[in-house]
Amino acid sequence: MSNTKTFAIAAIVVVALACLPFGVSGYVLGLLTLAYYFGVFAMSWDLLFGFAGEVNFGPSFLIGLGAYTAGMLNHYAHMPIWGCVILGSLASVIGGLLLAIPALRLSGPYFGLTTLVAVLLLQNVIVLFAGWTGGEIGLDLPDVLSIDDRNNYWISLAFMTISGAILFGLSRSAVGLILQASGQDAIQAGALGFNVTKHKLAAFCVSALFSGLAGAMLIFYEGTASPGTVVDIGVGVQVIIAAVLGGRRTILGAALGAIFLIVAGEILRPLGEISTFIVSAVALAVILFFPGGFLGTLLHRGAR
Amino acid sequence: MADLLEVSGLTKRFGGLVAVKDMHLRVGAGEILGLIGPNGSGKSTVMKLIMGIEKPNAGSVRIGGVEVAGMPSHRIARMGVGIVFQHSRPLHRQTVLENIKLALLPDSLLQLFAASHIDDRAREIAARVHLDHVMDRLPGTLPFADLRRLELARAIARNPKVVLVDEPFAGLTSGEVADFSALIASFRAEGHAVLLVDHNVKSVAALVDRALAMYLGEFIAEGTADAVMKDETVRRVYLGGAIQTAARTPLEANNSAPLLEVEDVSVFYGKAQALQNVSLHVGAREFVSVVGLNGAGKTTLFNAISGLVPSTGKIRFDGHDLTGRTGAQIARAGIVQCPESRELFGEMSVRENLDLGGQHLPRDVSARQLEWLLELFPILKSRHSQAARTLSGGEQQMLAIARALMMQPRLLILDEPTLGLAPVILEQLSKALENLRQNTEITVLLGEQNVTFALPHADRVYVLEHAHFIWEGSPERFAVEAGAQFL
Repeated sequence: MSNTKTFAIAAIVVVALACLPFGVSGYVLGLLTLAYYFGVFAMSWDLLFGFAGEVNFGPSFLIGLGAYTAGMLNHYAHMPIWGCVILGSLASVIGGLLLAIPALRLSGPYFGLTTLVAVLLLQNVIVLFAGWTGGEIGLDLPDVLSIDDRNNYWISLAFMTISGAILFGLSRSAVGLILQASGQDAIQAGALGFNVTKHKLAAFCVSALFSGLAGAMLIFYEGTASPGTVVDIGVGVQVIIAAVLGGRRTILGAALGAIFLIVAGEILRPLGEISTFIVSAVALAVILFFPGGFLGTLLHRGAR
Repeated sequence: MADLLEVSGLTKRFGGLVAVKDMHLRVGAGEILGLIGPNGSGKSTVMKLIMGIEKPNAGSVRIGGVEVAGMPSHRIARMGVGIVFQHSRPLHRQTVLENIKLALLPDSLLQLFAASHIDDRAREIAARVHLDHVMDRLPGTLPFADLRRLELARAIARNPKVVLVDEPFAGLTSGEVADFSALIASFRAEGHAVLLVDHNVKSVAALVDRALAMYLGEFIAEGTADAVMKDETVRRVYLGGAIQTAARTPLEANNSAPLLEVEDVSVFYGKAQALQNVSLHVGAREFVSVVGLNGAGKTTLFNAISGLVPSTGKIRFDGHDLTGRTGAQIARAGIVQCPESRELFGEMSVRENLDLGGQHLPRDVSARQLEWLLELFPILKSRHSQAARTLSGGEQQMLAIARALMMQPRLLILDEPTLGLAPVILEQLSKALENLRQNTEITVLLGEQNVTFALPHADRVYVLEHAHFIWEGSPERFAVEAGAQFL
């Protein structure tokens, strides 16, 4: 699919989504607002998995670091939201770098395992220092983005659109090409004169930046930061499933996957416990039978 | 003439194995040097050390006088070294042109868009290696030779001073070889230093200015291609001694039902027929060789017998029909294949690989079998705690055969055991096979391209060509009746 066609379809979809608040209830808007933040988590993750070829099992380490830094700055220092969000995403980048620099020296599955341990560590720190962090219950925030459903919806839609455009553009750029080469064949990329570690680290930073940013925005939408929404391993698993479901190496597919997961989970909620089972089963079926994911399968059909 | 590439005292150890020992070589501007050596001689390692893919333990590598040993490969690449890998692994979602452009991009995080001159340059390079007619296609749709061209295009994209080429002509037809030779000669004309790495002198003799032979990690000879071919040491390494055979009394034919019967077997890979109504029988204790060139269908036949590829027709082993049995069941029933690709467990030690082969045997039987095998292949004893991937090619082959024998097969299938091995190693393999033939009850089905290796170990020979047998008979009759058309 050509870039102009992608752009045209994306533009139509975004305009349609932007008109939704005039037709649907606040309940639906709230659901989609959450889904859009998840979309950014998933797109950031796909940049690492799909392009740099590194499986980050701990996306919620980056998300949580951004969210909690922002949350605590707001709670204790009463810093304005924009300051908290900027510093939060910065913390996420720094934390990500501290993790990735040693971890990228390891090969194969060890990188992924390191990131997994990092999440557990962060979660433990939050619980251990419950006096400051609010522990399992969470941290109340004095400020929120907006109290209006529509405004919140538009903010998150705009945020996802801009993040998606940047991440997608990056993946299709010259740097994205080098990143793909580094991910698929590091020896060959090195022999072509590319510093593979540098490119992977940069991808990790970008991924951390958007994860942290989205994490910080999310807690100011919800008005509270808790491990269950931004740190728990389960959050990370959901991000990963969303990205794979949507289609590896497509960036935009990851957002689709995230929206599907959140919306499907909510629609099936009346079924109780079984709803999670159904959503997981659908995700499993897609991964087993359409490993290209939603968008990957769609593009493949289109290319024929 | 200035030496663009200067290697001295280069040494590389993998664990206890010395892969490269005190190597020296020089390549000047506008010169092609052929680095020659049998499999496991360390020539590929030398190339990787120059490129920085492996780090040397000692020694120096100078590019245009600048020391680069120990640098990461991306910095060495920027110093002006390009490498043409034997297997090309292009980006499959990008077109040929984009793949070439990739090689031209600067190593920068900030340059988001390729400069316009890069597009022009990529088209120029594509035209130079004759890829201009397929520039907008995806690599997956290209024939093998064009993938090699793409690999070449990427290696020369940055106009490197030193070009390393790994087995330049592997898998190419003679027309393509001429084409590639001309391209490589044009690098020389432009003043690049070119290092060709290959198995034997003959294949690159016409192209190289000088050749340098190595064996077991060490330098053995250097000079013109002719001089190297005539060198005593080189001849000994490549040609070895004559293979000794002690003929045994011929088995009385048809004294028992055949152990393996293959009737009218065909195999299709998609639309391509790899095996066409093939029939063969192997009697108990018989050694049967199937000879045929690359691509004749030997491996397919063996895989069909071992239950690894689906086939039509009948395959009976010891009177039982094998239809519908899985590869694992067939192996347990007594047909064990030692595949061409060896398929060792690289991270496991020699001993662990062998133990896995004997896993289903009672402990004392397995211990006895192991002892016997270490006697058969003494080199494995001295290597027993070493990881299998660090063995040389010949040692790996012996381990693969030994592991297959650990399973106490009734029928051992050996697929191209000599592939890429030096004649000295062939001699050792040959002795081991002769030992099996004289002293055990085993039955062997051997697939070979190398007729001089296959004949001495055969009671009967089949010739496979283009998916079917064209000749069957005794090794004595082979030379007269089939030799001419085969060789």
